Amino acid sequence: MAGNRRDFLKLAGLTAVGTTAVSSIKAPTAAASTADSHPEASADGVRWAMVIDLRKFSKDDALIERCVEACHREHNVPNWEDDPKNEVKWIWADDFETAFHSQEFHFIREDLKGKPTLLLCNHCDNPPCTRVCPTQATWKRDIDGIVMMDWHRCIGCRYCVVACPYGSRSFNWKDPRPAIDEITADYPTRMRGVVEKCTFCEERLARGLEPACVEACGNEEIVFGDLNDPSSKVRQLLAERMAIRRKAGLGTQPEVYYVIDDPRTLQETAPAAVVDGAEGGDHA
Amino acid sequence: MYDAGKIIVGLVVFFVLATSPLWFNALTEKGPEAPKLVYPTNGSTECVETKDYMIPNHMDLLNLWRDDVVRKAKRDYVSSSNGKIFDMSLSRTCMDCHSNKAEFCDACHTYMAVTPYCWDCHVEPKGAN
Repeated sequence: MAGNRRDFLKLAGLTAVGTTAVSSIKAPTAAASTADSHPEASADGVRWAMVIDLRKFSKDDALIERCVEACHREHNVPNWEDDPKNEVKWIWADDFETAFHSQEFHFIREDLKGKPTLLLCNHCDNPPCTRVCPTQATWKRDIDGIVMMDWHRCIGCRYCVVACPYGSRSFNWKDPRPAIDEITADYPTRMRGVVEKCTFCEERLARGLEPACVEACGNEEIVFGDLNDPSSKVRQLLAERMAIRRKAGLGTQPEVYYVIDDPRTLQETAPAAVVDGAEGGDHA
Repeated sequence: MYDAGKIIVGLVVFFVLATSPLWFNALTEKGPEAPKLVYPTNGSTECVETKDYMIPNHMDLLNLWRDDVVRKAKRDYVSSSNGKIFDMSLSRTCMDCHSNKAEFCDACHTYMAVTPYCWDCHVEPKGAN
């Protein structure tokens, strides 16, 4: 083609205008679709959630320890007690004000003050940790909302550890095996350089069991169930009790709820619960 | 060529010596020793697939199982050889029968000089060596 400078410049100009026009059309569409896909609890299927009843926890001081122990034994979580900077935890306790520091309690109720509170992965509906994973080693399951991990695929970059606002993720700085007291053969350990966290006991759920921490409680101190089922125990509790979530203002939609009613209200719901408690005590 | 006789004899001697292990094995009819596997001792006679399929393909099957269980939350495997349903689990299904890792898995893996990293995390059954 016998093109000259003038033709070339015309063509270049047209291309520039065209590209700008197309991208300016596309941009708002992209933004809109992100907003649409903002994950909320899907209306169909299962959405697992957990309600931790702090009223009931106030009745049994050793319960937190039993929950942690049950979980960590079952999942081969290493115990770096003598080397705390390597700490790995799936479920742990911190005092109430620290756990809920964004609530800024003043003149806090006496029974909540400094109360050890059970903490674990919140299995958020809008999890920031899964967004940052470069290998899709962690993701939110479509079928039940569990924030899952694939330890085969984790490359140990620790973006997710940084992204999680709840400190739910731990990194294996060292080979964890020497720090596991007694290895449970049914469940894998992790290797050095891998991030781990609570999986809502998805391997137990698949066998029709409740999570290990729920099982460690005898008296429904932790209730586990389907948020999409209006008749489920979790939905009943949330409908009847005052429950809060950690750092709800961040928009991560955490799915672990904490009932903070006054423990004295337990007396009202009483007889059945007391009987359960006695059975639970025997059972444990 | 100077000293052609000596050089040629020397080369022949060197060649025979250098290849002597091959000659030795050929003459004594001693081939490389194939690994001996210990098959399940718990009375089980059926694997999830046929033996002919498992020997060359077990690693691919295990990768499929891993992805199905971890990423798709699918735990049931339907055997294409007998239609039975198996739980896709290395420790619960495979090593329930093949409980002796040293005499089953390692025997071949060592021979083939492959080092799969399954057991970096997965736990071999207790009581095995």
